[in-house]
Amino acid sequence: MSCIETIADYGLRSLGMGERLLPRSDFTLCQQFTLIGSGMIWNIYFGVLALAAGFFLANALAMAKAAPSPVVRKPAEWFIFLFRGSPLFIQFFLAYEALVLLPRAGIDIFGLTVETGWLTRAWAGALIVLFLNTAAYSAEIFHGALMAIPKGDLEAADAYGLSGWKKFRRIQWPTMLRLAWPAYTNEAIFLFHATTLVFFSGFPAFQQRGDALYYAKYFADKTFNPFVPYPIVAFYFICLTLLVIWLFGLMNRRLNRHVPAARRPRLRVRPQIIR
Amino acid sequence: MFASCADPKSLEGLSWLLCYLTSGSHIAFYWSFVTVLVLLAVTAPVALAFGFAGAVAARSHLWPVSVAGKTYTAMVRGIPDIVFFLFFVIALDQGIEWVTHQIRCPDWTEPVRQGLEFRVCPSAKVPPGNAAQIWHQIYGFGLAVVTFAIVFGAFVSNVLTGAMNAVPRAQLETAESYGMTQGQVFRRILVPQMWIYALPGLSNLWMILIKATPLLFLLGVQDIVYWARELGGTKTSLYAYPHPDWRLYYFLALLVFYLGMTRLSEIVLGRLTRRLSFGQATAAGEAQRKAAA
Repeated sequence: MSCIETIADYGLRSLGMGERLLPRSDFTLCQQFTLIGSGMIWNIYFGVLALAAGFFLANALAMAKAAPSPVVRKPAEWFIFLFRGSPLFIQFFLAYEALVLLPRAGIDIFGLTVETGWLTRAWAGALIVLFLNTAAYSAEIFHGALMAIPKGDLEAADAYGLSGWKKFRRIQWPTMLRLAWPAYTNEAIFLFHATTLVFFSGFPAFQQRGDALYYAKYFADKTFNPFVPYPIVAFYFICLTLLVIWLFGLMNRRLNRHVPAARRPRLRVRPQIIR
Repeated sequence: MFASCADPKSLEGLSWLLCYLTSGSHIAFYWSFVTVLVLLAVTAPVALAFGFAGAVAARSHLWPVSVAGKTYTAMVRGIPDIVFFLFFVIALDQGIEWVTHQIRCPDWTEPVRQGLEFRVCPSAKVPPGNAAQIWHQIYGFGLAVVTFAIVFGAFVSNVLTGAMNAVPRAQLETAESYGMTQGQVFRRILVPQMWIYALPGLSNLWMILIKATPLLFLLGVQDIVYWARELGGTKTSLYAYPHPDWRLYYFLALLVFYLGMTRLSEIVLGRLTRRLSFGQATAAGEAQRKAAA
C-alpha cells in the first residue's frame, strides 16, 4: 500500500472518516505519521476554540478580580483559585463524572427536552473544562497586567477628560493586552500542550477517534517501541508551537506598533509543564 | 478494622459509613495519598540536583559540557511533558533491561527486537521474573520518580541558570579581586545568593509539580486517581459494601486535597520568601531593613 493510499484512508480517521479499522500489524512510518497527524486535528480544535472563548471570560474575570466591591471580586478570586489550584487532570475526571450523572433522557425545561448525552462526549465536555481552565489562567495574567499599567498613563487619561467606559476602552484595555501579551502567548502554548490530556482522563475516545497522543500511545503499545511514535508527536507539537509563536508574534507587533522600537517587548517563550 | 464491621450487610447509616471508610481497600486508598507525598518529597530534591547540575554544566567553559547542559534545558520546550512521561518510562525500562542483557548474556545470539517484541534473556529481566509483587511496584515507582526528576530537572535548570545570571556581577568581581579562586567564588558568593532570585521560579515549579502528580496514574502506579476510580465505581450487591456510582464524590475529595496542598504551599513559600529576602540587595530585603531600623 503506497503512502498516498494510507493518507487517503487514515488522514481523517480521527473524525471517523475513511478506514474503520486501525492498522494492526506491519506498521509503516507513513501510517504512524498519518494517524498521529490526523489526531492533531483534535488538539487544534480544542486549543483554538478554548482559547477563543476563554479570552472573553478571562477579560471579564480579570475586571471582576480588580473590582473594588467584594461581591464581584470574591467569586472571581475563588473561580481562579479553583481552576489554578487543582490539576487539570483531576478537573477532567471530575467534569466527566459530573456530566455522566446528568439524566440520560434529557432535562425538561418548559416542556422542551434538552439533550444532555452530548455533554459527556469529549468534543463538548473536555472543551468546556479547557475553556474554564484557560479562562482562569489567562484571567490571572490579565489581572497582573491590569495592575501593572503605568500610573502616568491613567493620569494622562484623566487629564484628557477620559473617564469610565471610554477610559477603559481607549487606555486601560489596550495597555493591559499589550503588557499581558508575552505571558498570554505562553498560556496559549501550554493550553495546546494540555489538550493531549483529554483522552487520558475519563473521556472515552468514541470509535477510536482520538488525538495525536492517543494514536501515539496506540502505536507504542502495539509495537512496544516508544522511539518512533512519541518523537513524531514531539515533531508535530514543535511545529504547532512555532506556528502559535508566529501568530501571536504578529499580534504582539500590532499591539506595540506605537511604542518606540528600542522599548518594544520581545516575545520570550518559556513553555511550562502540565497544569 | 473494627469488630463491629464483621457483617457489613447488617449495618445502617453512620456506622455503615464508618465501616465503609475503614475497609481494607480504603486503607490502601489512604496510603496512596502517602505515595503522592513520598513522590513529591523524593522528586523535589532529585529534580533540584538534576537542575543544579544542568545549570552548572550550561555555565561551563568546556564546550561539550556546556552544550550538554543547554540541550538538557532546552529539551522540554515546545513538547507536551506528558509525551515525555509516556516516553521515558518505556525508554528507561527498555534501556535498563538492554544494558543488563549486554552484561549478563554476552553470547545471546537472538536479536533483542523481534518484530513487535522486546526480548532480553531471562536473567536480564528487571526486576527478576520471580520477584515479589512489592518489588515490581517499587521498581515502577522508582521509574516514575526518575521520569519526574528528569523532566522537572530541565525546568529547574532553566530557573537556576536565570538566577545565577541575576546575582550582581560586581559581587563576583569583588570576590575575585580578594583572590578567591573560581570554585571559592562559586561556593561562597554565587550559590548562597542565587536562591532569592531562584525562589519565584522554583515555587512556581513546585506548584506545577504538585499538579503533575496525578500523572502517576498514567505511569501505571496505583495512585490516588487509580483508587478513586476503583473505589468510586458502582458496586453491586456481590460486594461487601454495595453502592451506586460514587466516583464524583471521590474526585471531589481529590480536588479538595489538591486545593489544600496548593493553599498550604502558598503560605509556606510566602514565609520562605520573607526569610530568604533578609539582608539581600533586593527591594524586599531593603523594605525589611527599613522596617527593622
